[in-house]
Amino acid sequence: MCNTCGCNVTDGNRHLLAPAPNQRVLGNSPARILNGLLEHNDRQAGLNRARLAAEGVLTINLMSSPGSGKTALLEATIRQLGGRLRVAVIEGDLETENDADRIRALGIPAHQITTGTACHLDAHLVQGALDRLDLSKLDVLFIENVGNLVCPASFDLGHHRNVTLLSVTEGDDKPAKYPVMFRAADLMLLTKTDLLPYLTEFSPERAEDCLRKLASRSPVMPVSAKTGDGMADWLDWLDGEVDHYRQLRQSGATQRPRVQSEGRTLHATTGPEIVFKPVGFSPLSA
Amino acid sequence: MHELSLCQNLIDQLNALVRQHGALAVSRVEVQAGPLSGVEPQLLETAFLMAREGTVAANAELFIESPAPRVACPDCGTESTVTANNLTCPQCGSVDTTLTGGHELILARVELISEQDPQTS
Repeated sequence: MCNTCGCNVTDGNRHLLAPAPNQRVLGNSPARILNGLLEHNDRQAGLNRARLAAEGVLTINLMSSPGSGKTALLEATIRQLGGRLRVAVIEGDLETENDADRIRALGIPAHQITTGTACHLDAHLVQGALDRLDLSKLDVLFIENVGNLVCPASFDLGHHRNVTLLSVTEGDDKPAKYPVMFRAADLMLLTKTDLLPYLTEFSPERAEDCLRKLASRSPVMPVSAKTGDGMADWLDWLDGEVDHYRQLRQSGATQRPRVQSEGRTLHATTGPEIVFKPVGFSPLSA
Repeated sequence: MHELSLCQNLIDQLNALVRQHGALAVSRVEVQAGPLSGVEPQLLETAFLMAREGTVAANAELFIESPAPRVACPDCGTESTVTANNLTCPQCGSVDTTLTGGHELILARVELISEQDPQTS
C-alpha cells in the first residue's frame, strides 16, 4: 500500500514534499541524501525530546498490530496506577476519537491524532499533540501509535522507550516475521494471556526465542488487561523507567530507545560515485 | 513503508546533482537498501517508476542492492553474515551482537548524461 498511494504523507510532513530550491546543500553524504525525510523527522524528534526533558515527562511509544490490546492495556494501567503517576495519552488512528474517548472517560487527558490515510505517527504530528497537553502536569506520556507492525518502527517521535505488544491471538513467530519492529522493542508485552488456555498453539517461549534471535535482551512480560495477571510486573517496569529517567535528567542526560540510540550515522560516507555518459546514451541500448 | 517519500527525496537530490555537474539527465541510479533498513526494494522500484515521471531521471534505471545483514560478536570476536530474523552469532550463539550491515540506506552511484565529459575537459 505505502509504495503507491503516498499514505506516508501526513499533515506533519507534507511541506517536505514541496520543492525548496534554496535549501539543498550539495555535497551531502549519500546516507543523508536518502534519509532526507527521516532526518527532518529526526530533527523534530530531537526537539520533542528536549521539550519533554524540560518538563520531566517520560514518554513511551506503544506499537503493535491493530487489535492487540493497546488501549485496553492503557485503561488497566490507568486504573491500577490510581493517580500515583500523572499520566496523559496521545492516540494515533486513521479515523475516530474512540480511543481518546475511552481514556478521557477515566479522567485522563488524551489527544487523538487522526492520520487520515497515514499508517504511522511522525515527530511533527506528535509535536502538534504536545501543544495540546499541559506537560508541566505529567509524569508519564503514552503514545499509542497506529496499529501497524511495519512503518511506526522507523519514525523517532522524541519518545524514550518503545513497548511492542504481541497478543496471544497472533502468531508466536511475529518477531521473526517483523524483525525491524521487534528489534526496536525495549520491552515486549505478551497481551491477552487470559486467552492462552484456548490458544494452545501460541507458545510464549517460542515468541521470546524469536525476539532473542534478533539480538535483543529486552524483557518479555505476559499480561492480561482483563484479569490483571502480570500487570504488577508491567507497572514495576514502568516505575523503574520513571526512576531511571529522573536520575538521567538530574545528570543532564536523556533516554532514548535502545535501537534508535545506535543512530543512523553508521553509513555516512563521502558521497555517491558519479559517472558521466555521453548525450544519446540510453540505458536501454547499453 | 515510506518508499514513495524516499523516492521523492531521491529525485530532489538527483536534480541537485544534475545542476551541480551541469549534466542533462540521469541514466542510472544505484542504491543500497538492506533488509533491516525498513525499505522494501521491490516497493522502492515501483515507487521510483512513479516518482521519476517528468523529472531528470525520467529515463533512468534504478539498481537496488540489498546487502545481507552482518553482525559483530563481542564474545568470540568474529563477524558473520546472518539473516534478518536471526541476528545471533552463528559461531558462538551470543545474543549480544552488534549489527554492522543490512540496515544501509545509501545512494551509492549515479550515472549522469553530459554533453561533455567533465573529467576530460
